[in-house]
Amino acid sequence: MNKGTSPQTRSRPLITLHGITKVYGSGLAAMAALKGIDLIIERGEFVAVMGPSGSGKSTCMNILGCLDTPTAGAYVFENVNVEKLTRKQRALLRRHYLGFVFQGFNLLNRTSALENVELPLIYRGIPVAERRIYSLRALETVGLKGWEKHTPSELSGGQQQRVAIARAIVANPKVLLADEPTGNLDSVCSREIMEVLVGLNRDMGITLCMVTHDAHMAIFAKRTIHFLDGLIDADEQNHRV
Amino acid sequence: MWWETILLALREIRRNLMRSSLTILGIIIGVAAVITMVTLGGGVTAKVTSDIAKLGTNLLLVRPGQGHHGPGGTRSTADAFEVSDAEAIALEIYGLAAVAPVASQVVQGIYGNENWSTTVMGSTNAYLTVRDWLLEKGRTFTDSENRGGKAACILGATVRKELFGGQDPIGAVIRLGKLSFQVVGLFAAKGQSSFGTDQDDFVLIPLRTFQRRIAGNTDVDRIYVSARDGMSTKKVQRDIEALMRERRHIVHGDDDFHVRDMQELLSTMTGTTRVLTGLLGAVAAVSLLVGGIGIMNIMLVSVTERTREIGIRLAVGALERDVLMQFLVEAVVLSSCGGLIGIVVGIIAAIVGAHFLSVPFVFNPGIVLISFVFSGAVGVVFGYFPARQAGQMDPIEALRHE
Ligand SMILES: Nc1ncnc2c1ncn2[C@@H]1O[C@H](COP(=O)(O)OP(=O)(O)OP(=O)(O)O)[C@@H](O)[C@H]1O
Ligand SMILES: [Mg+2]
Repeated sequence: MNKGTSPQTRSRPLITLHGITKVYGSGLAAMAALKGIDLIIERGEFVAVMGPSGSGKSTCMNILGCLDTPTAGAYVFENVNVEKLTRKQRALLRRHYLGFVFQGFNLLNRTSALENVELPLIYRGIPVAERRIYSLRALETVGLKGWEKHTPSELSGGQQQRVAIARAIVANPKVLLADEPTGNLDSVCSREIMEVLVGLNRDMGITLCMVTHDAHMAIFAKRTIHFLDGLIDADEQNHRV
Repeated sequence: MWWETILLALREIRRNLMRSSLTILGIIIGVAAVITMVTLGGGVTAKVTSDIAKLGTNLLLVRPGQGHHGPGGTRSTADAFEVSDAEAIALEIYGLAAVAPVASQVVQGIYGNENWSTTVMGSTNAYLTVRDWLLEKGRTFTDSENRGGKAACILGATVRKELFGGQDPIGAVIRLGKLSFQVVGLFAAKGQSSFGTDQDDFVLIPLRTFQRRIAGNTDVDRIYVSARDGMSTKKVQRDIEALMRERRHIVHGDDDFHVRDMQELLSTMTGTTRVLTGLLGAVAAVSLLVGGIGIMNIMLVSVTERTREIGIRLAVGALERDVLMQFLVEAVVLSSCGGLIGIVVGIIAAIVGAHFLSVPFVFNPGIVLISFVFSGAVGVVFGYFPARQAGQMDPIEALRHE
């Protein structure tokens, strides 16, 4: 995995999914959550993923995030064939190129906001002093300046989600994957979070892929993909000023 | 990174302080037990060694009867020695420092209103040399007292205390059985032997006096022989055996006497205490192992409890190895803390125990180091399985936990 920008690399899309299927269980109990997904995501895109419950959105996001492996199909990240990677290589890919935001925040309890944000940097072996600088900067980006010492239990849901976003972007990922980042938040909080995400995409050039149930949130994205029953049903550009 | 992992582990341990302390209790007890047992064992060995050395390592003991006789042994049928046997040894064996024939009997000692039952030993001044006795006061027997069988005696410290209290006994006349003896000397106290007997509870009188006035025969119960420094006690032993066989007309090695070398006794005794120490230490080590299982148990619980945390760490880029190390270091820090506390507790217990057993406290740095390393190793061995489980978790399933 090099960050090289050879002409060939540049010409390739950031993410290419081809014929991705995912089957849970086996035999009679086998259940196909994904039935052949073809998808291309270019650098700098902001994609919203929508679809009914159980249509395979989270499954697809987990595969994109290298947290899960597809049953069949090809996943090319830049010029790397992800489905051929070992468990360790996938962890390294996550570490260096991917950021995650979960519906349930998934922060470490009893650990301050700052330390939560520092977590990915620890595993990148970045020294304490630098870690502190990057983490404070990330918290500032999501508008949480002054809340560094608070633990998740002392923060509101919206603030917790911002901490989670700060953690996801602190290591400068190429892609930010968010699975229902506003699913647990009220509409005001959701708007604020969406503004943070839009800003990340616009100002920092982070490629964004976000699952949402809410059409009001989806319109913040430039492109919307509709999942239905394990397949992509529709794929359209949003026209919004 | 290492330092941070250790800090993280310490923080995690502090978070569950109660549980952590209960978990390491097993290790604390195990390490403390090992250190106490081995240290006390070392003290006992040192005490036995110095006691036997006090007997005199050049000392040989010649007694009638066979050395190791079973029930109803042959000892009673063997003829006692006579003074002439001791004289023959002194005369014919080369390389001796002193020879002391001894006969003894338990007798009632009386002074004024005080009354004390003690052992009266008949011997010569050579007894002081062979058994390393010093006089605190007074004198040894004169030639005329020895030869004439006079009624003079030297008191052991216990007899003096029982009969005279704090008074000066020299010159006083005491009764031993039916006879009156003048006290001419007082032995310096030696205290308890490692076998728990009071070495100071005896009265020494001239052998001839003993034979004539107390025993009423010419028997000698045993002969102490002290070899000169640098002489091989083995050779002296063989020479005495040959001489006694000749004197007692024994043809086919069917000896009715035996010669015991104290050097031999020393190595037998220290050998025994070492084996005992080793056994006690091994038993204590088993409790260390049990402590390790306690740690494994709690680490498994901890891994299950912290499944989500593990999922988060894996999701943000931790490798299997990072998570494994985190939990392994936690287990090792935990068990090493137990080891350190156990060392302190064990040393304190050993000091107290040594005081009560009245053996010297012999600090053993080797066993302290071994216990510490071992407690750390217990953490590695018993922490590895739970830590590997943590590292091998599937990130999605771990995140979905709860
Ligand atoms: N670990 C699993 N084992 C078995 N089946 C699973 C597993 N994970 C998901 N599924 C099934 O796969 C299908 C797709 O699930 P997925 O979570 O991707 O849906 P989703 O589109 O994210 O739904 P929602 O909007 O409710 O989050 C569902 O029918 C679900 O039951
Ligand atoms: Mg979902």
